[in-house]
Amino acid sequence: MSRLVVENLQRSFGGVKAVRGVSFSLAQGEVLALIGPNGAGKTTCFNLLNGQLRPDSGTVRLDGVDLVGLPPRRIWRLGVGRTFQITATFASMTVRENVQMVFLSCRRRLFGLWQPAVGCFRDEAQNLLERVGMGAQADRPCGVLAYGDLKRVELAMALASDPKILLMDEPTAGMAPAERLELMALTSALVRERGLAVLFTEHDMDVVFGHATRIIVLDRGQLIAEGPPEAVRADERVQAVYLGTAA
Amino acid sequence: MSFYLVQFLSGLAAAATLFLVSSGLTIVFGVTRIVNFAHGSFYMLGAYLGWSLIERWGTTPLGFWGGVALASLAVGALGALMEVGLLRRLYRSPELFQLLATFGVVLVIQDAASYAWGSEDLLGRRAPGLKGSVDILDQPFPLYDLVLIALGPVVLGLLWLLFNRTRWGTLVRAATQDREMAAALGVDPAKLFTGVLFLGSALAGLGGALQVPREAVNLHMDMSIVVEAFVVVVVGGMGSLTGAFVASLLIGQLQAFGILVFPQITLVLVFLFMAVVLVIRPYGLLGRKEEAPPTAASPGPPLVLATGLVRWVPALLLLLLALVPLVAGDYALIVLTEVVILALMAASLHLLIGLGGLVSFGHAAYFGLGAYGSALLVKHLAAPMPLALAAAPVLAGVGALIAGWFCVRRSGLYFAMLTLAFAQIAWSVAFQWYGFTGGDNGILGVWPPDWAAGKAAYYLLTLALAGGTLFLLRRAAFAPFGYTLRAGRDSALRAEAVGIDVRRHQWYAFALAGSAAGLAGGLYAFSKGSVFPTLMAVPMSVDALVMVLMGGIQTLSGPVVGAALFHLLETEVMSLTEWWRLVLGLVIIVLVLAFPKGVAGFVRDLWMRRKEA
Ligand SMILES: Nc1ncnc2c1ncn2[C@@H]1O[C@H](COP(=O)(O)OP(=O)(O)OP(=O)(O)O)[C@@H](O)[C@H]1O
Ligand SMILES: [Mg+2]
Repeated sequence: MSRLVVENLQRSFGGVKAVRGVSFSLAQGEVLALIGPNGAGKTTCFNLLNGQLRPDSGTVRLDGVDLVGLPPRRIWRLGVGRTFQITATFASMTVRENVQMVFLSCRRRLFGLWQPAVGCFRDEAQNLLERVGMGAQADRPCGVLAYGDLKRVELAMALASDPKILLMDEPTAGMAPAERLELMALTSALVRERGLAVLFTEHDMDVVFGHATRIIVLDRGQLIAEGPPEAVRADERVQAVYLGTAA
Repeated sequence: MSFYLVQFLSGLAAAATLFLVSSGLTIVFGVTRIVNFAHGSFYMLGAYLGWSLIERWGTTPLGFWGGVALASLAVGALGALMEVGLLRRLYRSPELFQLLATFGVVLVIQDAASYAWGSEDLLGRRAPGLKGSVDILDQPFPLYDLVLIALGPVVLGLLWLLFNRTRWGTLVRAATQDREMAAALGVDPAKLFTGVLFLGSALAGLGGALQVPREAVNLHMDMSIVVEAFVVVVVGGMGSLTGAFVASLLIGQLQAFGILVFPQITLVLVFLFMAVVLVIRPYGLLGRKEEAPPTAASPGPPLVLATGLVRWVPALLLLLLALVPLVAGDYALIVLTEVVILALMAASLHLLIGLGGLVSFGHAAYFGLGAYGSALLVKHLAAPMPLALAAAPVLAGVGALIAGWFCVRRSGLYFAMLTLAFAQIAWSVAFQWYGFTGGDNGILGVWPPDWAAGKAAYYLLTLALAGGTLFLLRRAAFAPFGYTLRAGRDSALRAEAVGIDVRRHQWYAFALAGSAAGLAGGLYAFSKGSVFPTLMAVPMSVDALVMVLMGGIQTLSGPVVGAALFHLLETEVMSLTEWWRLVLGLVIIVLVLAFPKGVAGFVRDLWMRRKEA
């Protein structure tokens, strides 16, 4: 059953129509890849889904609830987690504290004035970091991490709220090929364990065709193809606008 | 009818001066992104230099106007000098440092002017040929003011030509819009910036020199004009010349007619106007949205909860301080009482700056609200001290809750300017509402009751209350509340994406900080026995910032160390010399340039390095 249903989403910046009439749906257990050349509008789509941007028109529904117009923090509470293409973490905190922050927010403990924060949800955060392969670096400040490691922290932060939908914007950028596949294998495992639904963008075609259960292709703001990996790979239009240029 | 016309014309004349000064400020801001506090000092210097030159040559029109022009050029040269010697080193620093550095220049110029021209008001010669007045519908109106009125549009026109018809002006505009692009055009930014500082400062100097025939030249001209010019620039939209022109006209009229309708609150009116404009139009009348609002303070390394023996240092210090009355005399106890109070004030400001990245330029307002709250309760209701002291944080907290609601809606410089505006509103009320607050006579006779009247007793009381609050603030910094505040500072984007209402958190922090400052203010009132409007004035807010900066914004002990250092500097060095402003100004400049992490931060870095080695 579809959890996230997106219909006819539009958004322009000045004269640039970044997203025009995008519709798709995402069901529990799916790993949906959103691909397209640079500037196709992928990040803009993500921003429209999590409330960072308001669509000019169109609807986004999560389990039937309309998300349009809600601020990002409300959409997050409804169960949409995300990672950013340009990583955004709390640079003055350690890796573990970054994840603890999310637990604190989840359990609505942000206004505590007494108990030290470092002791709150420490084990939960550590477990999650072990899971994404950052356990050994839990005490390092986030400000000094390598890019690939920051991506892992972002994933841990997104998972900490136990979302229904996970949006990942280029989750493996900055990683070595082996690490990429490992991270995507972890994602697939999480989808199975937690009943997640994942929407991700990615430029690495091995990652996309190796791990996506379905693919949608965006070109200049419009969806031009949709289907299982083999079908998309064979699609002529996709080959022309996308794979053609990549190969 | 004719009376209103004359009032309208007076408003226009005031607007012309205001425009000259604020156009310079807005041009400098547009290109360098620095809010130049010293701009008002350049205006004042223009007036003093103009006065001297006009005294010498001002008998002929040529001598008069030549003197005005020369004064303006000299001030321009000084502005260029400041760019080369100081600002150039600060373009990459957080705004807090830039603001403070230019405030250091304000202090230095204050003393330099006082040394050169003395502290008496100076009355200047009137402009030859323009001494009389003309009758406008039977009402006399000064001829000279008519010339000023004409000058406003003329200067706007000339500036427009400069920026739109010359290569240099085009480059400046390009740099205003996009600094990287200007660099790509092959412009040497250093030269451009020096030139812009010259132009901006010369405009301020011109505005000052033109005042000589109209009003007495004195040492207070700098602060009053710069605060008004800030308002004009913010209302007009930072960096917008036309905006500054329109805002000058509006504010000139607001003052001209405001004095008829609300003679008691003319000073408040301007700031209320600014607050309203900013709420309706966040970037001013003609300003553009900043893509990334400049950050006020850079994120530091992680706060580390002390472990082992270091954990006990604060408690030990408190114990030692509690034992001081056994050995110290009255004078030492008075100084220490003040240090403890200021430490609380600085720590409360640090909560905003160090954890929230929110640089408040008006924190004195809440200190003053607490002080006045206590004093007014004692004076009008004969409240006992415990009640008055309890009311101080409550009143200041409520004030901060109201002001904070507006302030946290903006970030970076706009936040700083809004906090400044609210502090000026509070100050104006204290200053102008004679019947209630005693105006600049202040409120006297706010003494503690007998049981707390002894210096030792009051010191211990202060230590208990302020120390306790400091402890609570420290707990809050390490608790989720403080972490959330830092999260919002580090990345508002991420914070909002994980369910944090950044604004609301900042709002509560603002109220908490205001409330703690209010307690400090209440304690201060009873320690001095009196309160004055200066407690809420700009210099007091700046003192608090200097304390935080001295100690370093990246450590929690910083503000406490900074307050102690600052107060000792104040009582032990500055009180020995008449030229304390010069000393303080130079200290600020050196601090900003040499110890960007403050003293406590500096020591901690040394310590860390030793530990690692
Ligand atoms: N805030 C914005 N203001 C103006 N234009 C924008 C903004 N955000 C995106 N755009 C424009 O919208 C288009 C789509 O950008 P978007 O970042 O969504 O692409 P993308 O598919 O994520 O690209 P990439 O693969 O490089 O990440 C681009 O032309 C971009 O310049
Ligand atoms: Mg993108």
